[in-house]
Amino acid sequence: MRILVCVKRVPASGGAPQLNADGLDVRHLAFTVSPHEECAIEEAVRLVAEHGGSVTVLTVGPVEADEQLRYAISMGADDGVLVDTGTGELDPQATAAVIVDAVGDLETAAGPFDLMFFGNESPDAGHYQVGVRVAVATGRPMVGGVKGIEVDPGLSRVRLRRDVPAGVEVYETPLPAAVAVKEGLNLPRYPSMRGRLRARKASATVVRAAVSAGGLRKVRLRLPEEKQSETVLLGHGAAAAPAVVDVLQELEVL
Amino acid sequence: MTSTTLPERADVVVIGAGIVGNSLTYHLAERGWRSIVLLDKGPLPDPGGSTGHASNFIFPVDHSKEITALTLDSMRQYEKLGVLTTCGGIEIARTTEREEELRRRMSSATAWGIDAELISAARAVELVPFMSRDVIRSAFWTPSVAVVDPLQAGVLMREQAAAMTELTVSANTEVLDIQTAGGRVRKVITDRGDIEAGAVVIACGVWSPRIARMAGASIPLTPAVHQMIDVGPIPELAETGVEIAYPIVRDMDPFMYERQSGADLEIGSYAHRPILHDPDDIPSLAAAQLSPTQLPFTHDDFDPQMEDALELFGPILDREDVGVRHAINGLLSLTPDGGPLLGETPEVRGLWSAAAVWIKEGPGVGRALADWMTDGATEIDLHGADITRFYPHQRSRAHVRARTSEGFNKTYGIVHPREQWASSRQQRLSPFYSREQELGAEFFEVGGWERPQWYNSNADLVDEFGVADRPHEWDRRWWSPIVNAEHLAMRARGAMIDLTAFAQFEVFGPSVVDYLQRMIVGQADRPVGRLIYTPVLGPGGGFRSDLTVVRLDEHRYRIITGGADGARDRAWFTRHLPGDGSVGFVDLTSAVCTLGLWGPRARDVLAEVTEDDVGDAAFPFATARHLHIGTVPVLALRVSYVGELGWELHAPFEQGGAVWDAVAEAGRAHGIVPAGIGVYGTTGRIEKGYRLMGAELDGEYNPVEAGLAARRVKEADFIGKDAYVRARERPQAAAMCTLTVDDHHDSTGRLRYPQGGEPILTLDRTRITDRLGRPSYVTTAGAGPSVGAYLLMAYLPVEHAVEGTSLLVQYMGEYYPVTVARTDRTPLFDPDDSRMKG
Repeated sequence: MRILVCVKRVPASGGAPQLNADGLDVRHLAFTVSPHEECAIEEAVRLVAEHGGSVTVLTVGPVEADEQLRYAISMGADDGVLVDTGTGELDPQATAAVIVDAVGDLETAAGPFDLMFFGNESPDAGHYQVGVRVAVATGRPMVGGVKGIEVDPGLSRVRLRRDVPAGVEVYETPLPAAVAVKEGLNLPRYPSMRGRLRARKASATVVRAAVSAGGLRKVRLRLPEEKQSETVLLGHGAAAAPAVVDVLQELEVL
Repeated sequence: MTSTTLPERADVVVIGAGIVGNSLTYHLAERGWRSIVLLDKGPLPDPGGSTGHASNFIFPVDHSKEITALTLDSMRQYEKLGVLTTCGGIEIARTTEREEELRRRMSSATAWGIDAELISAARAVELVPFMSRDVIRSAFWTPSVAVVDPLQAGVLMREQAAAMTELTVSANTEVLDIQTAGGRVRKVITDRGDIEAGAVVIACGVWSPRIARMAGASIPLTPAVHQMIDVGPIPELAETGVEIAYPIVRDMDPFMYERQSGADLEIGSYAHRPILHDPDDIPSLAAAQLSPTQLPFTHDDFDPQMEDALELFGPILDREDVGVRHAINGLLSLTPDGGPLLGETPEVRGLWSAAAVWIKEGPGVGRALADWMTDGATEIDLHGADITRFYPHQRSRAHVRARTSEGFNKTYGIVHPREQWASSRQQRLSPFYSREQELGAEFFEVGGWERPQWYNSNADLVDEFGVADRPHEWDRRWWSPIVNAEHLAMRARGAMIDLTAFAQFEVFGPSVVDYLQRMIVGQADRPVGRLIYTPVLGPGGGFRSDLTVVRLDEHRYRIITGGADGARDRAWFTRHLPGDGSVGFVDLTSAVCTLGLWGPRARDVLAEVTEDDVGDAAFPFATARHLHIGTVPVLALRVSYVGELGWELHAPFEQGGAVWDAVAEAGRAHGIVPAGIGVYGTTGRIEKGYRLMGAELDGEYNPVEAGLAARRVKEADFIGKDAYVRARERPQAAAMCTLTVDDHHDSTGRLRYPQGGEPILTLDRTRITDRLGRPSYVTTAGAGPSVGAYLLMAYLPVEHAVEGTSLLVQYMGEYYPVTVARTDRTPLFDPDDSRMKG
């Protein structure tokens, strides 16, 4: 089976975001793909290991996103496609349009993808749209928030599971299908050293794409008010116990 | 102990709670400092500097005596704190060049008294069974290699310091400014209050330059990346159940190391391109993804090292279920010469630097610095780490970046003791430079000066004097037989030598005699025109310097010192100037050029270029006179470091060319040749038994041991006098000796020449130490072409310091017979100095 995993180059979280005149200050930031997408890559690699086939990873963004493709390849993906749209930020509509074009070309060249995986949402913009837009445009059924995937041995159907507040929802859809996955789907592997060297030697396909602006425009970024927190020392050793009890009562824990 | 209320004043403020700051705090408390404030911008116990992410292993063997001494002291301290785990360490040779280097390492291990062994590939794989034996040629095994926990060491040192003294530890406290008054540190301004203090220490690692700048001082280091990855989980390691069960491996040829860290193997590299940062550009604690000194990993830089690691550790790393779990670009501090930056800054009194220190040296540095701050002296000689060693241009950002970029890959490199830097060259050029270039000079650098080491124009002298080459490439590297040929030409006829790299100062004023008396061991109150060669001692009686002083008139002296020592000497002399302005100081280094003219024909040549009387009666030895060479006013000093009749000719810098041309022109008929520092600094010097600061002379030896004690001790007080007098009275522990190498043949019949730093052993190959525990090692090695022997200088315990005693020198894994030829300063060549004084 052929699986496409779409990933996005995003700043790694960890430190508090710093802003400058251009937006996010990325000087000290590492870039990564989201945990959702790491799970998507892992799932794709496992499915192909079980059922045969290949995993193609696709990203839309600047040429630097090559780093994320190589990361996916070091995890076991077979090849990568970078749709170079420069450094400008794309809205979900534009991103989806670029992906749809690229998918069209890839499918024309090598046949249809049985599964298309997306991260449930991007950790930086969080629009929750790209996967759905691509699915609709390519005429595939789409399930989001997925934390369990089983492909039937005949490779004709897929069973998808997602958590909802009331319990678990299970869907079944014919292939080809599109799926937006969530962290927790699996435990993504760390890339092996051999995988990393494979990725270094792999050559990702780079295609340039014309971008037509979507309907969404980012006006500016603003940092939220910093939450002030204060540490109060309640005491040392056993002497602190009454004060701890007071606090717990105040919190209505006791 | 942790307090957010800062005191208004303290004896000392230590900025930075990494391994250095914590250790220094402990040792200052132990030395009786009454009130100490320890600040850090970050939280405790890991404030986010290099201490928090270091690899924490210690290989004790280093070629440097100073670094090894600091490391061994640190290991003892870590062990005492219970945070040291001995695991052993293996340094792998994949190439024959590295095997030779490991043999050289063995000499250093023996010299500094560290148990070590050269082992076979089979034995290496026995010790660490996950290595591919076929890439290993042989290895160097140090059983005492250890890992330490510097964060826990810090916690314990703070606790112990608090029990001894009034200690305020304030984490999350940012230093905003350091105020000075009259060139002294006065107050530290922080976001939690201000503290007045007479002493402030910057132990801020990669941030140190930025903090120093607040006070108007410079700490010449740069933050640089060292890449590390953690690979796992590896079942074979996990099942040991401990943090480290196997020896640490340094894979020396690809510049890497591998160490167990629980279930993972940690792999670090010094092979990637130099990646430098700016102290102002390090992310804040809030903005950092991991910590300010753990920056995002740049994969591309590390990829080639992965192949090397897979090659050596394939059996456990080359598995799909073993992954790269953690990878960082860790920041560490690099300096232009690779040494630490310790001591009081030359710019601001009371402001101390404790920067560019590795985990392996941290506690030792803390102790040494505490001694230095308390007594003005350290037990371990630290002249190579003294922050005052840099000249102004060497403190520039451009120089620091150039040299650290070049130096980074030397971390695990094979560095020849004479190796020259390629970057940031041609900084200081004497007025003779273009003439020297035309003569094919091979330039070596000292203090930024380009100095001819030898001249290729003298190549025919090699045949003329029948000088033999050295057959082994290592012995010959950064050397030429021309050096010995120039030496013989100088002894036969004469030579002119560019000595412009000398640092020259003048001190003057009504109190200058008293001032100079206090600074030097020799009698300064001599007649005008007299030269005084004298040791300069620290308060502990060890050497700070040795130099020449000339009394120019009643109230003015010239001080002339070596180019390697000028910056340190300048700081030392200016630091001790009286506060009332009664002594002036001026640095003339950049105003004066110096040409040395020595040899049996020197007087004839000089007489041809000057109308002044240069005969022995008019111009006796050890005096100075002003004369003219053509139109050029010259201060001539009748003195010699090569034991020949002759002069140092000091001229105005801009007229130097005329002096060179006049001497060269007149010298031609006499067969005078230009000669390089190979002659001046080594062959000519050691035939005469002259000592060199930093080689024979350092803070761990006194003038009695160096053979430089004068017959009488002058009346006037001077720095180090008490210790000097005591040294004269008590039985001597060691004496500086000159030895000859009796047979240069190695076991394959090839001639080998020790290069310096090697241990001197007894005939049964036992290491020699004196009763103070100081080892005997070669301080200088070089040819003595006129005495027909290869010479070694070394301190020997008095029981071995007997002329005719047979000993051994260990060089590159073999042992060569040597004989003690001199046990005092009496020269081997021309013992009664008749040539020089003729």
